[in-house]
Amino acid sequence: MPKLWIDDRELEVGEGTTVLEASRQAGIDIPTLCYLKELNAPAACRVCLVQVEGRPTMDASCVLPAAEGMRIYTHTPEVLAARKQMIKLLLSDHPFECLTCERNLNCELQRLAKRYEIRDLQIEGNRNHFPIDDLSPSVVREPDKCIRCRRCLAVCQYYQSVGIYRMIERSFHAIVGPAFNSSLMETPCLYCGQCITVCPTGALHEQDSTARVWEALRDPNLHVVVQTAPSIRSSIGEEFGYPVGTPVTGQMVAALRRLGFDRVFDDCFGADVTVMEETAELLERLERGGPFPQFTSCCPSWVRFCELFYPELIENLSEVKSPQQIFGALAKTYYARKAGVDPAQIFVVSIMPCVSKKYELLRPEMNASGYRDVDAELSTREFARMLFQAGIDLRKLPEEDFDDPLGYASGAGIIFGSTGGVMEAALRTAYEWITGEELKDIEFPQVRSDKYKDTEIQMGELRLKAAVARGTGEARRLIEAIKKGQKEYHFVEVMACPAGCVGGGGQPIYIETNDWNEQVAHRSHRSNGLYQLDRQMEHRKAHTNPAVTRLYRDFLGHPGSEMAHRLLHTGYLSRRLYAPEPLPKKEHKQKVRPL
Amino acid sequence: MAIKQDPEKELDHRLALALEKYKGNPELLITALQEAQDIFGYLPRKVMIHVANALTVPLAEVYSVVSFYSLFSTVPTGRHRIEVCLGTACYVRGAEKLLRELQARCGTGPGKSSPDELFSIATTRCVGACSAAPVIKTGDELHGEMNSERLAQLLEELQKR
Repeated sequence: MPKLWIDDRELEVGEGTTVLEASRQAGIDIPTLCYLKELNAPAACRVCLVQVEGRPTMDASCVLPAAEGMRIYTHTPEVLAARKQMIKLLLSDHPFECLTCERNLNCELQRLAKRYEIRDLQIEGNRNHFPIDDLSPSVVREPDKCIRCRRCLAVCQYYQSVGIYRMIERSFHAIVGPAFNSSLMETPCLYCGQCITVCPTGALHEQDSTARVWEALRDPNLHVVVQTAPSIRSSIGEEFGYPVGTPVTGQMVAALRRLGFDRVFDDCFGADVTVMEETAELLERLERGGPFPQFTSCCPSWVRFCELFYPELIENLSEVKSPQQIFGALAKTYYARKAGVDPAQIFVVSIMPCVSKKYELLRPEMNASGYRDVDAELSTREFARMLFQAGIDLRKLPEEDFDDPLGYASGAGIIFGSTGGVMEAALRTAYEWITGEELKDIEFPQVRSDKYKDTEIQMGELRLKAAVARGTGEARRLIEAIKKGQKEYHFVEVMACPAGCVGGGGQPIYIETNDWNEQVAHRSHRSNGLYQLDRQMEHRKAHTNPAVTRLYRDFLGHPGSEMAHRLLHTGYLSRRLYAPEPLPKKEHKQKVRPL
Repeated sequence: MAIKQDPEKELDHRLALALEKYKGNPELLITALQEAQDIFGYLPRKVMIHVANALTVPLAEVYSVVSFYSLFSTVPTGRHRIEVCLGTACYVRGAEKLLRELQARCGTGPGKSSPDELFSIATTRCVGACSAAPVIKTGDELHGEMNSERLAQLLEELQKR
C-alpha cells in the first residue's frame, strides 16, 4: 500500500493505483480526454500531466503508478501551463466548427478548452484534412475532428472484438481509422455505435434522419405512425433533466402526438409478438432436437456479427425478425387493414436506442408487407433534438396512452430493452407453454445483469439451459466455449451493447464520467425504470397480452403460422469480412468553414 | 523467378503456401507481411486481406503496420529497391545530393518506381554503417562511401542483373 504526497497532502492508496486515480481519491480531478478507465489509457492526449518531484519532465498521470514516497504536484503554474499547451496543440489541428457541430455543448474537448480558459491560440501550422465518411447507413465519421484518443479503437477491439479501427499512417498524418482510411461500408463494422458513445468529440456520430421525419410529418398524403422501443421511455427523460432511469412513458406519448404523428404505437407490442414467435421456434427446436443453442435475433449488430464472423451458426440464429421489423410488417398489413388505410400511404417511424436499426431497416429483405416495412429510424438523441426544436418540454406534458391496436404491451415486452430482458420475456412464455402450468415466480433475476449470465430452469421434464451475453466480445468467447464443448445451452440471448438496448449506441451520450464501468452502470440504471414498469403491468407475459391474442385470432392464426412466417420471419446471409475491391470514391461537398 | 502461364495465379499460390505457417498467429504479422512482400514486390489490398484472414487479425491492424513501417510498400516497386540513408552521418557527407542525383538518373522520386519499372527509390534513416557514410542500400547489400561516379557504376551494374 504505497504512501505518497499529492500537493503536500499525504495519502495512502491501493497497490497498482495510478497517480490520476490517487488524485481523484484525494478530491482532485485531473483533466483527461483519451482516458476511459478499464478500457483505454494510451497516454495519448497528455492533458493529465503532473509534476513528480525529482523527475526532469512531467508525466501523464493516467499511466503513472503511484509509488512509495512520491511527491506529486497537480496544479503548479508549470503544470497548468503544460496542460494548456497540450490543449492548444490539440486545437491547432481541430476544425473550429463548434457552433455547427453535432456535439456542441456536449463535447469533452470543448469543455476542457472552457475549463482551462484557452484564449489565445498562437500555434499555427498545417492542418489535416480527411474526407468525411457518410456512406454507411448508421455511422458518420468526420476524421478532422478526431483527437486520436483511441477510445473508439478500444471499445471496438476489446469490448466488441471486431477491431475496425487502428492508428493508421504515421507522424502528422496519423489518424484513428479503418484500413485504408476507407468508408465503414468496406469494413465489418457492426454499426453498434458504441464508438459514438465514447467519442469525446464530434468525430463520430449517427446519420441524421430527423429531416426525413419532419418532411413526412408535414406531408398530408402520408399517414405517419411511430413505434417507440422499450428502452426509450426510461432514457429520453435524461435529456430533459430527469434522473437516470426515470420512466416517462406517458409524457413521451404525449410529446409524440404533439410532434404530429397520426398514431403513437408501442414497439413493446412488437416485442410481445417476437416472444410468441421466438418461443414457438424454441419449442419446435426442442421437438426436432436442435440445432442448439437458439440465438436471439433482436439485435441487428449481433446478427451482423454472426453473419460476418460465424456464418456457420446462421442456422442457430432465430429466424424471427426483430421487434422493429415485426412492428413495421404488421403496421403495413394488420393495422392498415384494421384502420382502412392504404399501406402505400403509411410511413413507419421507429424510435430506437440504436443506430444499427437504421442499417437493419434498409436490409433488402425487410419488405414483407410489400413495402419498406420501416421507413425511418430516430435514435433517442435524434428524438430529443426534434422535441427541442419543436419546443416541446417533456416535463410540462400530461401522461397519455398509446393508440390501439399496436399500442398495448405486456411487461414482458417492456423489459426487452434491458439486460437479459428478451430471455426473461421468452422464459415466462416458454415455461407456461412447456409445462401447461401457471408461472408462480414471474421474475428471473438470475438472467438480469450487465455481465455474462447463465442459468438452468426446470420446466416439467426439461432442464432448460440458457445464457445471456452482452457485447459481441463476450458473445465470441461464449461461442468459442460452445464450440469446444465446454458449454451447452438451449437458448442464448446476445445484445451487442453494454447492458442491452438501454446502453445502445443511439442513447444520450453521458460525458460526466471517464470510467467505462461507471458508464455501463449509468446505462444499467435505465433498466431499473423498465423493471419498475413491468411490475406495474396487469399483463406481464406476452401470451396473455389481449392485444396479442387479438392479433393472432384476427390475423396471424397461431405462432409459426404460414402468415407469421411470411411477415415475421426472415433469413440470413454469410457475409465477406472485407470487400476485395474498394468502393468508388464519393465526392464530398466541401464544408463551409468559418473564417 | 520462374514465370508460368498465369503469373498472377502463381503468385497467389505462393502466398497461400507461405501463409500456411502463420495461420492463426497474430504475433507473426510483420514477418508474414515481409514474406508476402517478397513474393509480390509490394503489398496490394488483396494480399493484405489474405494476410489478415490467415492470421485472424483485423485488416485495420495489417494496414496499421503496413502504413507505419517504411519498409512496406503499397504500390508496385521496381526490380531493384534503392534505399538512400538520410541519417545524420550520411546526411552531412552529402546524402541529399546523392538522392537528387539518383532521382534524376532514374526519373523517379522516393516511394515511386522508375518508368521502366527497374528501380524504386526509398529513403531510410541510419542503417548503422556511419563509418562508411554516405551509404546506399540495395536489397541486402550495403554500398559505402558513395559518390557520383560510384553511383553511376552501381546503376549500370544493377541494370545488367
